[in-house]
Amino acid sequence: MTVNLTLLLVMGVLFAVGVYLILERSLTRVMLGLMLITNGANLLLLSTGGPAGLAPIFGMDVPAETYSDPLPQALILTSIVISFAVTAFMLAIIYRSWVLGRQDEVQDDIEDRRVANQPTFDAEDDAEIPAETTEFVPPDEAEETPATNRARTEREK
Amino acid sequence: MLIVLTLLFAVAFVAPLIFRKLGRSTFYILAAVPAAGFVWLIATFGNYTNANQKALDGAPNAPPSVVIDWVPGLQLQLAFRMDTLAAVLCILILGVGALVLFYCARYFKADDPDIGPFGAQLLAFSGAMFGLVTADDLILMYIFWELTSVLSYLLIGYARHRLSARRSALQALMVTTFGGLAMLVGILMIGQTAGTYRISEILANASSILAYGQIIDIAILLILVGAISKSALVPFHFWLPAAMAAPTPVSAYLHAAAMVKAGIYLIALLSPGFSSTEYWHPVVLGLGLLTMLVGGWQALRQHDLKLILAYGTVSQLGFLTLVVGLGSQEAALAGLGLLLAHGFFKATLFLVVGIIDHQAGTRDIRELSHLYRKAPKLFAVALVGAASMAGLPPLLGFVAKESVYEAFIHREEASGWVGGLLLAGIVIGSILTFAYSARFIWGGFAAKPGLAAIDFKPVPWAFLAAPAILAVATLLFGLWPVPVEEAVEPYAELFPLDTVATHLALWHGLTPALGLTGITLAAGVALFLLRTPVAAFQAKIHFIPDADRIYRGIIGVLDEVAIWVTGRTQRGSLVFYLCVILVVAIVTPLTAVVLMDAPLPESLVWFDTPAQAIAGLIVAAGALGAIRANKRFMAVLMVSVTGYGLAFIFAIQGAPDLALTQLLVETISLVAIVLALRSLPARLWLRTPGRFKLLRAIIGAGFGLTMIVIAMTAMAARTADPISLALPKLAYEDGGGRNIVNVILVDIRAWDTFGEISVLALAATGVASLIFIRGRGDKRPQSVDAVASGSVGRGYEMVAHSDREAAALATARKFAVVPRDAWLVAGRTLAPERRSIIFEVITRLLFHSVMIFSVYLLLAGHNLPGGGFAGGLLAGIALTIRYLAGGRVELAEATPISAGLLLGLGLAAASLTAVVPLFLGGQVFQSAIIEFSLPVFGDHKFVTSTIFDIGVYLVVVGLVLDVLRSFGSEIDERSEERTSRGRKTSELHPPATIEEEVSS
Repeated sequence: MTVNLTLLLVMGVLFAVGVYLILERSLTRVMLGLMLITNGANLLLLSTGGPAGLAPIFGMDVPAETYSDPLPQALILTSIVISFAVTAFMLAIIYRSWVLGRQDEVQDDIEDRRVANQPTFDAEDDAEIPAETTEFVPPDEAEETPATNRARTEREK
Repeated sequence: MLIVLTLLFAVAFVAPLIFRKLGRSTFYILAAVPAAGFVWLIATFGNYTNANQKALDGAPNAPPSVVIDWVPGLQLQLAFRMDTLAAVLCILILGVGALVLFYCARYFKADDPDIGPFGAQLLAFSGAMFGLVTADDLILMYIFWELTSVLSYLLIGYARHRLSARRSALQALMVTTFGGLAMLVGILMIGQTAGTYRISEILANASSILAYGQIIDIAILLILVGAISKSALVPFHFWLPAAMAAPTPVSAYLHAAAMVKAGIYLIALLSPGFSSTEYWHPVVLGLGLLTMLVGGWQALRQHDLKLILAYGTVSQLGFLTLVVGLGSQEAALAGLGLLLAHGFFKATLFLVVGIIDHQAGTRDIRELSHLYRKAPKLFAVALVGAASMAGLPPLLGFVAKESVYEAFIHREEASGWVGGLLLAGIVIGSILTFAYSARFIWGGFAAKPGLAAIDFKPVPWAFLAAPAILAVATLLFGLWPVPVEEAVEPYAELFPLDTVATHLALWHGLTPALGLTGITLAAGVALFLLRTPVAAFQAKIHFIPDADRIYRGIIGVLDEVAIWVTGRTQRGSLVFYLCVILVVAIVTPLTAVVLMDAPLPESLVWFDTPAQAIAGLIVAAGALGAIRANKRFMAVLMVSVTGYGLAFIFAIQGAPDLALTQLLVETISLVAIVLALRSLPARLWLRTPGRFKLLRAIIGAGFGLTMIVIAMTAMAARTADPISLALPKLAYEDGGGRNIVNVILVDIRAWDTFGEISVLALAATGVASLIFIRGRGDKRPQSVDAVASGSVGRGYEMVAHSDREAAALATARKFAVVPRDAWLVAGRTLAPERRSIIFEVITRLLFHSVMIFSVYLLLAGHNLPGGGFAGGLLAGIALTIRYLAGGRVELAEATPISAGLLLGLGLAAASLTAVVPLFLGGQVFQSAIIEFSLPVFGDHKFVTSTIFDIGVYLVVVGLVLDVLRSFGSEIDERSEERTSRGRKTSELHPPATIEEEVSS
């Protein structure tokens, strides 16, 4: 099938700029990037429908090929409205982030860093424990909960 | 069979409830279940031993079996079969199980908090074991196999406040599941090769299955890995001594009599058919012998009575593996005899240790002394058990060991030096066994020099009953081994007949085996008497690596690798993740395009019409402008330019619906963005803009290029006619509409649209929740009459910079209190400086027409451009205008129905069109065309999918309303609160109402 270069090039620009923007930390720019990517994706869908044609409003004597392809149009229509919902949701996140932290930037996940830097020693697995020769120890002597072990790990660190 | 199995699990299920009522006496009830099963087993024992062990189901004289289809598509069956081997194992499972549960009733304290779950787990374990040995399907057996591992984990970890218990439980679980997984692979290999998972069929066809060669060798090796990990053979033996952290009844049942025998059972099961595979004898005989010696050696070093028994068990499990895996008739006979003997004496001894620990408070042989005098009955019981373990006549242990010697002497005669080595090995192993048996009795009961008699409470009979019964059985079957032989012989006969038929008997005459026994006893006594020098010697030697330490080392390395990998991949940076994803998304398709010789498009055109090219340029310029823009709203406007440009492209491409929708969405988005971001600073960057600009540009450009290449390739690769050629006719004739796109949305692909409107409802709720925090904020605000004039939007007083502005403000204020009908319902509530009379008039004129037009779009959408989406968005714009002109009170007045209700109604209407056709005998989302004629209006056609479209319309209106309420009204209210708070602190108090202000 014939390929329309204008549509493809514009789509390429939209994707390129969109990706450039979502790789930023500013949430507003990320949101704008997403909007551009959506537009690019819609253009991609549109160009798969082939060359321009009649509006897909059924007429009795019109051959099916002369319509502009209706299937991609239905998909795009869905996509346009969904992307509005996504934009609204992003806006809510940006506002929330601003109210809570006075910033609209994507933060690094500190928990991930903590996981990556945790020590390999874990009292639950690695602490030396004395051999026991009876099961009938009074409970308070034998109390070793995970919490006390964690405390021990912290101390030994 | 099934009844016993079901009963075991069912009672286990309700056991915690009974415990709550009856306390620890419940153990007696629990014990009755396996006891009843045991009675049933013994009563029907002839059915299993008299059957033809090789006969398949349905054949005459086959062992009793039950087969229930489970998942026929996967050939999974609940197939059970009770042959001799299973029945022998069941003696231990049910018999020892009943005794151990009985024993528990005295072992645990009455107020132990966790005995309910414990009792349930122990009984469930016996059910799992019963299922394991009676299962006749490899997959089913595997399920029970893993079930025992899990229950063992729970039972070892009974004392969950103790670190040793938790750690040992986890270790046992890891080791046995590791083996279990290897076994699963082996099972799948063998099942797929043989074409069946039915164990009896696989064994019956063993010779033809063996012909597949190496795959079967490997499959059997993998299954053996499972067996030796479960039965604690070297190199997996370390989990068993560690598992002694479990309560002693658990050790007696799981880790002596039942669970660790599962591996032995599996080896015994496969031995008749598969002992000739390549890795069988090296693994079974080599590891078996090694384990026997390592276990015995280690047992001599222990000071804890329970650990002596634990290492003794390891040693005996090696011994059993060796014997059962040998694969000859007399070895099989001896092996099963030994299996029973071991089950009896080891359970006895564990239960004795439990009593000692319970009554004396320690199991350390350096503290126990003079027990033989303090508890003579207990001593007698222990003596019988230990003597049987050591292989002394006239006990069952002796009888079994004698037959083992016999079998290995014959083996040695047949196979030369390997046989000789094995024989020598088991003799040494038995010497060690004798020595640690003696150490057990001496350590537990003897009067030791320098130690006073330990305090020991008298043992109640109910406590001693269980070990005593087992000891009696040991003695009885030693003196009269005929029943044992009858029980195990049918299994042994699965193997080809040896030169001479053997029997289990106390007295065989003066045979070489008796001579070996003599040597064993003499050397064992010597080893015991020389215990001090032996211990000194053992202390010097460290050549046996500590398997537990190696295991922990491996786990430690795994931990480190896991942390390293996590640290390298999970950086916590969104940008990093996106870069990785995008680079993969660029490289993979491009590589494919290059390597796979992608097709090129037949022809290229620059543009369809010049207008398209111009629109394209505008869109591209808007996108690039968005990068350059420093100000927040400038960037937003640039993105809007691309959106509007796109709408134009849609229009000239022949897509009026898209153009319409895109225009409306773009407009509403713009309003929403401006409303939401108005409290953020105008400049986009608070800090320096992101680093790595060049890298981001390269990734962006690369991705754009990739998408172009993909699109071109995809379009060039098309060969078939598009499916949409059939759609126009379909839409008109079946969907009853002329607007093909709309019919696709509400009828042909209604499921898609239904999914979409659900997402819209979710997003709307998400927006409302993020802004209102507590709920959706759907409660209707106060009515307009209660709101004072000019009280809304006071935060932003216009400062009059010029005379003209001052005059305008004065007019606005006067106008605000004119006492006649206002243009808008709530216009007066707005602060005068925020009002625009022209805007209010226009809103008044436009609102209703726009609303009516939106309904027209909705209803006409089936045949003309429009539809639920466009209509809903247009109605949303009408509401937006109301909000902008009259403020939040105006918006609330304009929407008597809350946003949440709109969303709900919309989804309900859409669901209705999905469900109702089902009741009328149609399919989900099937539409019907109703034609009718009205006077004056003429003939009409109503398609039921219009109701679906109405649902779409309502959901879209709900979404827009939520956006307006959240970003508009709610943020307004908050900024007003903030400014009024600020004003109070600065003592600049303005007139409370507009009337005061004007009059002043």
